[in-house]
Amino acid sequence: MAKQLLDQFTAHVPADTRAAVYLGTKTTHEKRTKMLFDQFADPNRLRQLAGEIKQHVVENLDTYLPQVEAKLKANGAQVHWAATAEEACAAVLKIMQDRGATKMVKAKTMVSEEIELAHYLEKRGIEALETDLGEFIVQIDKDHPSHLVRPIIHKNRREIAQSFEREGLGAYNDDPETITRRARQFLRHKYLAADVGLTGANFVSAESGRLVVVTNEGNSRFSLAATKCHIALVGIEKLVPRDRDLGLFLNLLARSATAQQLTVYTEFFSGPKLPSQPDGPEEMHVIFVDNNRTEVLASDCREILRCIRCGACLNVCPVYRQASGHAYRSVYPGPVGAVLSPLLAGAHFADKADLPKASSLCGACNEVCPVNIPIPDLLLRLRDKGKREYAPLASAGTPPMGGWSVIATSPAAWKTALFGGKIMDYLPTKFIPVPALQAWQAKRTLPKWRGGEFRKWMKNRRKP
Amino acid sequence: MSDSREQILSRVRTALAPLKERAPLPDWERELVILREARAATDAWTLFAERLKAVNGTPLTAISELVTILDSNGWRHGYCDPVLWPQLQAAFPASFTVETEFDRTRVDDYTFGITAASGAIAETGTLILTDSGTSRRLGALAPWVHVALLRRDQIFLDIPAAVAALPQDPNVIWVTGPSKTADVEGILIEGVHGPGRQIALLV
Repeated sequence: MAKQLLDQFTAHVPADTRAAVYLGTKTTHEKRTKMLFDQFADPNRLRQLAGEIKQHVVENLDTYLPQVEAKLKANGAQVHWAATAEEACAAVLKIMQDRGATKMVKAKTMVSEEIELAHYLEKRGIEALETDLGEFIVQIDKDHPSHLVRPIIHKNRREIAQSFEREGLGAYNDDPETITRRARQFLRHKYLAADVGLTGANFVSAESGRLVVVTNEGNSRFSLAATKCHIALVGIEKLVPRDRDLGLFLNLLARSATAQQLTVYTEFFSGPKLPSQPDGPEEMHVIFVDNNRTEVLASDCREILRCIRCGACLNVCPVYRQASGHAYRSVYPGPVGAVLSPLLAGAHFADKADLPKASSLCGACNEVCPVNIPIPDLLLRLRDKGKREYAPLASAGTPPMGGWSVIATSPAAWKTALFGGKIMDYLPTKFIPVPALQAWQAKRTLPKWRGGEFRKWMKNRRKP
Repeated sequence: MSDSREQILSRVRTALAPLKERAPLPDWERELVILREARAATDAWTLFAERLKAVNGTPLTAISELVTILDSNGWRHGYCDPVLWPQLQAAFPASFTVETEFDRTRVDDYTFGITAASGAIAETGTLILTDSGTSRRLGALAPWVHVALLRRDQIFLDIPAAVAALPQDPNVIWVTGPSKTADVEGILIEGVHGPGRQIALLV
């Protein structure tokens, strides 16, 4: 019985990484809960409402997408569409080439991770620099983010100090404040030298075409103060119907993600800068990215498209806390990743078919989700899909059930097994050399065998 | 790209076609997301000042207090919105160098930037900046200290009120305290890319 890939990975997570991930996620989760319940009379009502609004958007994308496109164009932005990751990367490249641009500063965007944009651009001679402190460290280490909101939750200050020293950002110093100041000094000149600023969008209002981006560090703000061209990469599911709905979502996002009332910078972009403003982009491009989202929309798991990428489900998940983000082998880790990653993999679903099993189905992810996604239900649907499609990974870690299936499908064999099961009462089960069985029995006693009782009871109830 | 547009929209339509009914758009009462403090507030500035302090910002009511803070920290070279400078100039001693032009080749020279706020949100301690109200995006962002001049009548009590009044401006920024990160071991550090000190001055 081969272990699941996630279990295999988790077995080798260093103890201090596990401790850091556990502490970081637990603290954020507890602060989040306290904040929501102290400040709102009925936080659950907010979650349900937000879920209903997003579900409405998802099920009406055919109306909202053309609507938001028209709004964006009226606001002076240029709208592009990318069906695949490759098309999205090519669209960014083309915008840059048309301007003769060679330097990009990137704010944090999960879609750019998903389409591997930085790598694509670098191969074509374009500098694409991450500016979020965590993402910057991930980039210089050629690593991958391991959390939606805290990309380097798996790293400690000593590793970061070593990376900075290696990259020529000053002599070894592991004081977090010094690390931050050095990044500040290095990156501000990069913003000023860059041609293009790239961001994602946390929300897009279909009513006004406003893009909303939230950051705590101010990197997206700096990108759009220093550069002359703004490109926004947006998943097609990021819409909200009306501006007023932003009042609900902004309240939920910051609290769910980082236990803040509001993120430090909440930025509303709706077009190129005003002519009277000396700083900022003269051109704004919005690229709507599909990359298999429409396939998710067609599936019975479309609820996952409500996700606002807050990371609350990661923070509360007992599996994520032990395994950490890289165990999910995907851009999107944790419970949301266990649903989204296999679905976004499209034709390569089988490669990720084990992820829906990386859950105890305890339901905590659903309870904290600010858009009330029924993650455990979706995990079950994907487990089912994996089995139906005979994906080998969907069965990894499952005990062989062949013998059981023979007995359970033949009434005679079943009857015999129930009768023969009495032998269990006389077997020294404590000495069976299976560690899991022994561990279980160390604290528990097997009850007396009662096989066949139900059949006896049923027989006496049979109507004449 | 127009092919991709058609392709995506047609896939969306195909995906949604089997749905017998679509989820309706619920309406909601803005009171749901308004904090008790905002509902009970009698004075918007008092609540704003309290909430700004809670996110490590500095609310001030006198220009002299501002000058004292800047002077005692050695922040004597800065940028000021040219429209605002005439009303502030008299309060600044000669030891200060204040430029009304922002030179982006010398971003590190400016220790403070003074610009106008376009509004504020009391329940969150948030300052609202816009393109039309801010003389230079960089002047409000790159220096270590940002000072936003705010009028009492510009303060909204809560987030829904501020959302309802979002202006027709391509760049509206809500600033809630100094720039910060907790990326390194979850330890809070202020002043990452934006200001490490956020000051609101009531005028």
